[in-house]
Amino acid sequence: MQRIGVFVCHCGTNIAATVDVKAVAEELKNEPGVVFTADYQYMCSEAGQNLIQDTIRNERLTGVVVCSCSPRMHEATFRKAAAKAGLNSYMVEVANIREQCSWIHKDKVSGTEKAIILARAAIAKVQLNAPLTPGQTPVTKRALVIGGGIAGIQCALDIADAGYEVDIVEKKSTIGGKMTQIDKTFPTLDCASCILTPKMVEVAQNEKIHIYSYSEVEAVTGFVGNFDVKIRKKARYVDETKCTGCGECTTKCPMKKIPNEFNMGFDNRSAIYIPFAQAVPKVATIDPDHCNMLKNGKCGVCAKICTANAIDYKQQDQIIEEKYGAIVAATGYNHIDVSKYDEFAYNQSKDVVTSLEFERLMNAAGPTGGHLKRPSDGRDPKTIVFVQCVGSREAPPCAKGGKEYCSKICCMYTAKHAILVKDHYPDTNVYVFYIDVRTPGKLFDEFYRRAVEQYGVHYIKGMVGKVAPQGDGTLMVQASDLIANDQLHIKADMVVLAAAIEPDKSARHLATMLTASMDTNDFFTEAHAKLRPVESPTAGVFLAGVAQGPKDIPETVVQAGAAASKVIGLLSKDQLTGNPCVANPDELMCNGCSSCEKVCPYGAITYADKEFRQPDRTVAIRRVAQVNPAVCQGCGACTVACPSGAMDLKGFTNKQIMAEVDAICR
Amino acid sequence: MIYSYYPGCTLKNKAADLDMYARQSAAALGFELREIEEWQCCGGVYPMAKDEIATKLSSVRNLNDAKMHGQSLVTLCSACHNVIKQVNNDMRTNEDIRTRANNYLKLDEPYNGETEVLHYLEVLRDVIGFDAVKEKVTNPLKGKKIAAYYGCLLLRPGSVLKMDDPENPSIMEDLIKAMGATPVVYPMRNECCGGYLSLEDKPAVAKRRETIVNSAKDFGCDCIITACPLCMYNLKKNESGVPVYYFTELLADALGLKAASEETA
Amino acid sequence: MDKKEEIELISGVNVLKCMRCGKCSGTCPSYDEMEYHPHQFVYMVETGNIDPLINSESLYRCLSCFACVERCPRGVEPAKVIEAVRLSAIRQKGANHLKAEQVPELIDDDVPQQLLVSAFRKYSK
Repeated sequence: MQRIGVFVCHCGTNIAATVDVKAVAEELKNEPGVVFTADYQYMCSEAGQNLIQDTIRNERLTGVVVCSCSPRMHEATFRKAAAKAGLNSYMVEVANIREQCSWIHKDKVSGTEKAIILARAAIAKVQLNAPLTPGQTPVTKRALVIGGGIAGIQCALDIADAGYEVDIVEKKSTIGGKMTQIDKTFPTLDCASCILTPKMVEVAQNEKIHIYSYSEVEAVTGFVGNFDVKIRKKARYVDETKCTGCGECTTKCPMKKIPNEFNMGFDNRSAIYIPFAQAVPKVATIDPDHCNMLKNGKCGVCAKICTANAIDYKQQDQIIEEKYGAIVAATGYNHIDVSKYDEFAYNQSKDVVTSLEFERLMNAAGPTGGHLKRPSDGRDPKTIVFVQCVGSREAPPCAKGGKEYCSKICCMYTAKHAILVKDHYPDTNVYVFYIDVRTPGKLFDEFYRRAVEQYGVHYIKGMVGKVAPQGDGTLMVQASDLIANDQLHIKADMVVLAAAIEPDKSARHLATMLTASMDTNDFFTEAHAKLRPVESPTAGVFLAGVAQGPKDIPETVVQAGAAASKVIGLLSKDQLTGNPCVANPDELMCNGCSSCEKVCPYGAITYADKEFRQPDRTVAIRRVAQVNPAVCQGCGACTVACPSGAMDLKGFTNKQIMAEVDAICR
Repeated sequence: MIYSYYPGCTLKNKAADLDMYARQSAAALGFELREIEEWQCCGGVYPMAKDEIATKLSSVRNLNDAKMHGQSLVTLCSACHNVIKQVNNDMRTNEDIRTRANNYLKLDEPYNGETEVLHYLEVLRDVIGFDAVKEKVTNPLKGKKIAAYYGCLLLRPGSVLKMDDPENPSIMEDLIKAMGATPVVYPMRNECCGGYLSLEDKPAVAKRRETIVNSAKDFGCDCIITACPLCMYNLKKNESGVPVYYFTELLADALGLKAASEETA
Repeated sequence: MDKKEEIELISGVNVLKCMRCGKCSGTCPSYDEMEYHPHQFVYMVETGNIDPLINSESLYRCLSCFACVERCPRGVEPAKVIEAVRLSAIRQKGANHLKAEQVPELIDDDVPQQLLVSAFRKYSK
């Protein structure tokens, strides 16, 4: 017979306001096996934990039930406390009377009644608990960073700095990400390339870092400390080890009319290309969709002129298999397609551009050499209208591809664009239509005010309703001015749309491979919104940059560093303590049907032929399930799938669960 | 192919041309328009109020007639199209309206929005195909620069009408190309003409008319086409003298039917 | 039922969804002819300040062209709010905005039937 102690937490008024904690403690004294009950203001406090430890010793408890918040919050706390007093951690159960009870009930009578029922279930379970001991697994001391933008770069550099090997997988032909396309950075206006390219070079030169560029993650198996990852290194038809990045091939390639993604299609590139001068690795790549040699075998110019003999038209995709202890998802973002918002005439006029396109038009390394010209006719724009919140802050169903969230970076980059335009071309009329100006950040609001007060940018509270291209090449912008209660008609030369940002499309597929959870917007979910912001709920998977939610460069760098420190903390361990709550087959009952093997998402189940003594004393060989406890994550899918009831989960056995249900139904 | 056809009040009167050329062209393109028996006026504007059904009932009767014949319902006038398609959407998606309308009508079987409502242009694009239209063109309108005027009712609300991109439509432009002419794209083509405001505020309508016509003219149009009799009324007396036609008239012309009908007349 | 509830019931619109961006008024082709503009209709219904709207000619300047409905980022559907206020006005006894006897002097020979049908639907009970 167990000797069970029950501890009911007030959680200040969080629980006590809706649950009569004293009545709960009193009532539970009558439960079978319960030898002690108490209520206390904060069970998680040091005094609360001492109460548990003292009671374990004094009352010789064999089981503990804490009625408190969700086990996700403090199960670990109470288990540790019990272990210190010499009780096996897995003899502790938590009854969640906060999230699942006090917070959702208004009436104290029903709240109290439910708290008692939840506690009874936990007591019934503890009756059947058995001490468990977790196993140990070794840690592979190498990290994988998926995405080579500023988030991935910073994260990889920090991990490498601590002495660990780290690989970056980047699907584009160069690392650098969106920041390579940005002109200046707010609020200091330092040049993005000037601060980014040294970091890119640092990555390339760091012996601990390996870059898989033009590559994508193909498959992920394994678990924290022991991930097995397949990386597809796409054929770039150029031998990276031979190419010197001289760029001779790109000038000689006859296919020169391919829209240049790096410059947002404002100019062209050749079929063999190096995206920009500071690319890392600085290696040419052949675009198979446009290369004549690859399409129909007619050309071969680049191979002929390449003095390094680096061109290889026969190159195939390569699959690389590598082991990692930790994975960082840093897959970044894109802006949404604004073509459904054609009241702004993006599809109808070349002079209506997105903000990222505008970055290229302002950038000294861009298609116009940094001289702002209208895309349609190359003239200097005299009036520019910026439209904020295009596709952000929408109400569902967001049928045009908009987003419910605030994209966070647009207010600041638009202030930056406005300042840069006024700084370079003071005679330009600049209008910014805003719904709210959101500038929470160090020196951010000062920056925005500078745009208004020092540069004379016209900030107008209101939204643009229609952009009408005119026969004379101008754009008639019809908008509301809410402060003046007026409808404005502004004859503009250019309109710049601050399009909402969204996670890169590859993130969803990656999340499935990582079994990492995502929110409805396809941002990776953090393990805890406040207290574990850079960890995914999936152990060993960490998050950095906009993949987790909209953020600017400084925030991205902060998060990347934080993710790196979490990775370093993990890789610094030689052994990881596993979870003892793993699947456990009863070989005598197993009929070898393979149902469990098929549903296991972790590949933890295999089959083995084993000898069994029959009732007639003969020996038969049967095929039975085997669980690798190091790989099993304890999800329980196999226990449900098993038709003969042979599979059980330690710590959550079928008997324990039925006992809980019985206790609730009693 | 036989379609149920809802002409609406104006096509029997002031806009008889819109109707006549549509029927002629349909015959030439191989589809038949069966006029709904004893059809009732749609009311001209979509009744938005959630608390009344009386104003929606005529549309439901028309829709149900098409359903009883197992046919899709084709409309031509933009206003009729807008009203009937939106009411059909209500009958399909709004349980309260559906229940109350059916309780009132007591049809043999309840109407639940089963009928497919098509604009004549949608039949041309999605059933006949503009390529097939082009093949039937015997009198291509070569060199003609035509500005399509959509107005408001043909496209909006886009989530219900689902006919074309409400901000950057192409269905009439594609028809213009099929007829051998050059479409003129201009930004005011989906802005309201002033509708029934011409009853009590003619100057306001004149202002809109000139904005719309000047926008089309700025992009070099010779003429404007429309599907709506009220748009026609509001636009045709423009100061620039830009002619406005029903799209069916130019279609009949391109199909060589207009010359033929004028000869017989 | 107070006026605000009545408007919300007729229109089916939740005016609290509005984030006050003013796009409806930025897009409205009738803006210049209106004393109260679409965003004001939404806001004044929210605050319950409905009488000025009911007594305003602005009610009859909205043509339900659905431009605001199409372009509103919050799905507020301002045209439906205006329609509800209009109905709230003309449903009162003797409050028809257009009377049959006025019509002959307002029309010419070219007027399409559709115009009269629409106008009567919008202006009269």
